[in-house]
Amino acid sequence: MSMDSNMMVMIGLTVISAATPLVFAAIGELVAEKSGVLNLGVEGMMLAGAVSGFAVAHVSGSAFLGVLAGVFAGILMALVFAFLTLSLRASQVATGLALTIFGVGLSALLGQPLIGIAYEGLPSYSIPLLANLPIVGPLLFEHNLLVYGSILLVLTVSLFLKYTRAGLVLRAVGDSPDSAHALGYPVIRVRYLATLFGGACAGLAGCYLSMAYAPMWVESMSAGRGWIALALVVFATWQPGRLLFGAYLFGGITILQLHAQAIGINVPSQLMSMLPYIATIVVLVIISRDRGRIRKNAPASIGQAFHPTK
Amino acid sequence: MITLQPRAEPSKLMGFAAPLIALVVTLLAGLVLFALLGVPVGKAFYAFFIEPVSSVYGLSELGVKAAPLIMIAVALSIGYRANVWNIGAEGQLILGGICGGAVALYFYEVEAWYVLPLMITAGMLGGMFWAAIPAFLRTRFNANEILVSLMLTYIAALLLSMLVHGPLRDPDGYNFPESRLFHAAATLPVILEGTRLHIGALVALLLAVGVWVLLSRTLLGFALKVNGSAPRAGLYAGFTQNRLIWFSLLFCGAAAGCAGLFEVAGPIGQLLPNISPGYGFTAIIVAFLGRLHPIGIIFAGLVMALSYLGGESAQISLNLPVAVTGVFQGMLLFFLLAADVLINYRIVWRAKGARV
Repeated sequence: MSMDSNMMVMIGLTVISAATPLVFAAIGELVAEKSGVLNLGVEGMMLAGAVSGFAVAHVSGSAFLGVLAGVFAGILMALVFAFLTLSLRASQVATGLALTIFGVGLSALLGQPLIGIAYEGLPSYSIPLLANLPIVGPLLFEHNLLVYGSILLVLTVSLFLKYTRAGLVLRAVGDSPDSAHALGYPVIRVRYLATLFGGACAGLAGCYLSMAYAPMWVESMSAGRGWIALALVVFATWQPGRLLFGAYLFGGITILQLHAQAIGINVPSQLMSMLPYIATIVVLVIISRDRGRIRKNAPASIGQAFHPTK
Repeated sequence: MITLQPRAEPSKLMGFAAPLIALVVTLLAGLVLFALLGVPVGKAFYAFFIEPVSSVYGLSELGVKAAPLIMIAVALSIGYRANVWNIGAEGQLILGGICGGAVALYFYEVEAWYVLPLMITAGMLGGMFWAAIPAFLRTRFNANEILVSLMLTYIAALLLSMLVHGPLRDPDGYNFPESRLFHAAATLPVILEGTRLHIGALVALLLAVGVWVLLSRTLLGFALKVNGSAPRAGLYAGFTQNRLIWFSLLFCGAAAGCAGLFEVAGPIGQLLPNISPGYGFTAIIVAFLGRLHPIGIIFAGLVMALSYLGGESAQISLNLPVAVTGVFQGMLLFFLLAADVLINYRIVWRAKGARV
């Protein structure tokens, strides 16, 4: 392999690893929002997943148990949110903010003894034959299971929403909860499940950060990725395929800062670090300015509490 | 089985009681948390809640921490009443610190009366500029102000870091990422000799009273109040949604920017890579805990200031991470939101399977 193709593969790999946590967090939030639930606590759930996954993987020595713990932590956090907003009908915006503040604090508290501990990272699995292909092989077919899983997950969610009866019910609950309720569908239960799914995905995103991307525990290591995931859902206009594209676009922007110095761009590192946040604002503006398109695609009841008595 | 039964009208009593219930439950949950972490509960309780306020200096520090919280929360409450969700006050605070601090460094070695007023003006304008971005993008392009204002917070933090590592760094500071120490003319007057309690505490109280008057005595206050619940009624009062978005964001930007300038010109006295322990985020909790009411916010600000002091004191005496503060703050907001359900609903015990 020539020097150039080596470099290309290396850049491609960093894009994939920067995009994967965004894919997980955003696809989970997409499902929750499709059911009408806006959970602003993604950042907090990610951190809970990151610290739990890392801690359990470190103590037990099993990456599998670590990931399981991270998913469980994400679900627990989402359960708190679901109970407050769905059972007690608290404001989704305020509860989501509380979840993030709580998650940042709790993960920092629990993660205190984990700081500075090294972790070997998740093992990679080569896909037989395909991995031997030049360039494409090392780029696409030698990853850890979470990377493959993230792509599969988006595919599954896309098919689920489009072609299954349960997916149809979920969309109906998000678009018109009153009609769904009148038809006998359990609106609150569907929203609970969608919210918990979102928590599980955010937990996976956190696991990926602390167990594969870094791999180590650092306080507040998600660095706003939970919020970027929220913006990605809008960017994707609630469509899984576009979401995958958006996550990889943002993965690319995130790693620009790593490679800028290598190719001789000499600007302060902080300026490069601003890029993902600036890009988030730019894409939000581009997508949101078309009010008709947002209205057509956004779940109609998003962010609103459901009162079955009405 | 527990069910929620809607009240005929919201309970006024519960409006007052909910924050108190939330505080008590948070306290109990906190003690359970300490017990789980293996921290001696009595000692933790003392370190967290008693020790910080058992001296005059401690009480003055309470004022130092409460001042920015009250200033920002009072301003945030205006927007929250009108459903304008500015959650980027932290970024607006940082911009205020940067702009005001830059003025202080520009007038370094100028000992004149006008330096401080110029700094305050610059700080407020800086915060307003940062808040104008989400206001413009929301009113012109319909971009969600929650996400935009939050992204701007990350950008502001990086901007501050870039400046104190670069152009604003102390030229004689051995390359430490800090600015020069501000001169006396560029620091806030202290109102209690021997402490760090500065005039920002008085400004915070005045602001709270001023906003109280604004909300209860003016047409604008009425428009803000009805916009959250009945947007069209606000239109009749002559205020469009866009004007309310602009007003509430700019007002908050000015208040947060001023609070940020007060931090760098007061307790800190220079520009550092990190000038706030998350005041802009905690102020969100303060606003809710204070029932979006200026006078309630004064009390809520003092409570949350205690959570910062308690966290610091527990760090020193019990070696607990400062992050405990965030856990307490998050829990408090959870319990408050849960307790708020009692305002509109009654909890009823009903035998399982019984007919309604």
